[in-house]
Amino acid sequence: MVVVNVLYDVGARDEDPKRTGFAHLFEHLMFGGSVNIEDFETPLQLAGGENNAYTTNDFTNYYIQLPAENIETAFWLESDRMLSLAFSEKSLEVQRKVVMEEFKEHYINKPYGDVWFKMREMVYKKHPYRWMTIGSELSHIEEARLEDVKNFFFKYYRPVNAILVVAGKVTVQQARQLAEKWFGDIAAGEKYERDLPAEPAQKEARKMEVTADVPLDALYKCYPMASRTEKGYYTADLITEVLGGGASSRLFQSLVKEKKLFSQIECYHTGSVDPGLVVVEGKLIKGVSLEDADAAVVEQLELLKAAPITEEELTKIKNKTESAIVFEDMSVMNRANSLAIYELLGDVNMMNTELGKYQAVTAEEILEASRRLFDVKNSNTLYYRSEKKS
Amino acid sequence: MLNRTIAPPIKDAVEFELVLPPYQKHTLKNGIEVYMVDLGNVDAMMINWIFDAGNSYEKKHGVAAAVSSLLKNGTSKRSAFQINEHFEYYGAYLNRSSQHETAEITLHCLNKYVAELLPVVAELVTDSVFPQEELDIYKKNSQQRLQVSLKKSDFVAGRLIEAYLYGEEHPYGKYSRMEDYQQLQREDLVDFYNAFYQKGACRIIVSGKLPADLVSLLDRWFGELPLRVPGGQPPSFPIKPAGGPRKYNVVNDPNGVQGSIRIARNFPNRHHPDFQRVQVLNNVFGGYFGSRLMANIREEKGYTYGIYSYLMNNIQESGLMISTEAGKEVCAAAIQEVYNEMESLRDEPIDDEELQMARNFAIGTVLGDLDGPFHVAGRWKNIILNGLGSDYFEKSIEIVKTITPEELQALAKTYLNPEDFYELVVV
Repeated sequence: MVVVNVLYDVGARDEDPKRTGFAHLFEHLMFGGSVNIEDFETPLQLAGGENNAYTTNDFTNYYIQLPAENIETAFWLESDRMLSLAFSEKSLEVQRKVVMEEFKEHYINKPYGDVWFKMREMVYKKHPYRWMTIGSELSHIEEARLEDVKNFFFKYYRPVNAILVVAGKVTVQQARQLAEKWFGDIAAGEKYERDLPAEPAQKEARKMEVTADVPLDALYKCYPMASRTEKGYYTADLITEVLGGGASSRLFQSLVKEKKLFSQIECYHTGSVDPGLVVVEGKLIKGVSLEDADAAVVEQLELLKAAPITEEELTKIKNKTESAIVFEDMSVMNRANSLAIYELLGDVNMMNTELGKYQAVTAEEILEASRRLFDVKNSNTLYYRSEKKS
Repeated sequence: MLNRTIAPPIKDAVEFELVLPPYQKHTLKNGIEVYMVDLGNVDAMMINWIFDAGNSYEKKHGVAAAVSSLLKNGTSKRSAFQINEHFEYYGAYLNRSSQHETAEITLHCLNKYVAELLPVVAELVTDSVFPQEELDIYKKNSQQRLQVSLKKSDFVAGRLIEAYLYGEEHPYGKYSRMEDYQQLQREDLVDFYNAFYQKGACRIIVSGKLPADLVSLLDRWFGELPLRVPGGQPPSFPIKPAGGPRKYNVVNDPNGVQGSIRIARNFPNRHHPDFQRVQVLNNVFGGYFGSRLMANIREEKGYTYGIYSYLMNNIQESGLMISTEAGKEVCAAAIQEVYNEMESLRDEPIDDEELQMARNFAIGTVLGDLDGPFHVAGRWKNIILNGLGSDYFEKSIEIVKTITPEELQALAKTYLNPEDFYELVVV
């Protein structure tokens, strides 16, 4: 098998605040036929291929997996849609509806589905991470016009903004020859120079309360962290492991098992290219107050700021990280995807150096980073209250 | 000048030789069978301990799931925390899952740590104690989780449709209620654990780039335990599909903006000669992105983000299920289109290109799987647990490659009749 992966350097962060959700809607339109190929899916399925795509706040990624013998079909399809789309009015009309159903399925028709719309607005005042990839409201998707689609394509979907990764049973020579043949004559286009407003440093704790028809009270806390390429990223990633990575993590052991304040609790980070967030979220045991639960979380964060983690805990989170990387890299598709992202970040060799960066982190660094990260002035807290009093 | 309107030549699916890499079988001292899929180039592995300990064996609702979940929450030597810490210290993932017939313990680990991990897995199989406090936490937290799930229309729809198909007393149709958690007693768990884990019927499937001493390690830690070799037929229960009209509308959330649609019928198990053939029919109908349901209801009408049909993964009896979430105002139209697609499969043979597409897609998916040791092990697991012959895989590929449009139309006439289906919308 082979994987052909094309990543475009455009995501929801590049959108106009009045037309959010567009990068993701556009991803759907990439399957609506291109200038020379009416139907994307049929030839790929005939070739025994599978494909999909996803959009994040940072970038948009498309991937095809197919039998190595049929690799050229993937080059043909991907290059034609990079050359130009068909820009079909019908496709836009249908995909608008499909995306609106996606929006409803994931964010409206679900308890707690609106949390991240509110949370992002509280945390990001300037940076475009303040809206979700799906868009900030349904009307933005409803109002998308074909003219917007064309402008978006010719601004962002040019070879100069794209990264091609070929992986699996293929030689470098074969990949190069096919890339030349199919992509070589597409005009490079003008590099999109990103100039996004940086998020100003937070100066005071923020709080918000919501009441909704949900069965349980829930607590959400966010703290701004480093960008993807800074050293602080690796430290923050390990800190989330200490706090919330699995059933032996501190928050689970102390707040679910010992104090029985939460029925579930997680700690993770958003992992974004620009400065992201460390998140703690949990659902409360009935009868526990949000104020008490919040105080208990803060107490755990304070412990992390008071003393370095033990050597054993440090070894554990590093072993877990090594293992996670090994298992993730077992799939050719994941490896292709990671290579594209590392190249986007500016250094494809990160594929080989990531583990080393985690292994270099010391307990002292985790202590210092925790003190900066969990400064109360950096906290953003959302109390999500159940309106049913039972 | 490159002519981009012409597709590059492709190698057709029927030309691919597909071989499911074989397993090696070893027998431990106590007779327990170990199936080993030695593949791949990464020093990591997956081990599955598969017990006959699914909910088919429980006398009280929810016991099998509770035992599976609490298996690692305390032995006479270690607390839940110490057990979790042990596996996580070595970067290993220890998962438990419980199905209808079987319950599994699954370990993913780097090869270099397996010797540290096996003794503790053996401890869980021989010496779990189910502390009362752990059970109390489990009961409370599971009930809270259930409360949240019950607010979701897709969750509610999934439970109801299986109850219609098999009856609420059947292991496939029964579902957890608040009171089931309430009634769980420690003794129920301990008794179930004694019978179905400690002295249970077990087989082991190992996959990955396997170290040479793995068999002797498994023999050392599991070869002397009082486990049994699974034998005979899996348990079978009377199936009592719901009587009366087969259309249901349930209002779960008056403010919901989408309906969860489930349309399903009972269907024979994998031993039935039509099973593999209907899998091909199902691919055309709703089994992948290029299927008719997807093309019509998503890509043409925009009623949904996704719609799929599939044969349910059951041992005793399967079901053919169509599943989608659609805007409240278009649910009726979406359901009508599902029936229209059934009708067109009954009325007209599938044309060659569409059939070729479905064949090639199916072959491509299998090819993708055959690269990875865990996927190969998963295919063998399916064959072993369903008691199928070792030629099941080849037969299935042969059917994908040779089935004709006429055969598929005949199958559609037999199996795709709306009157045989339950229809459910949960808003």
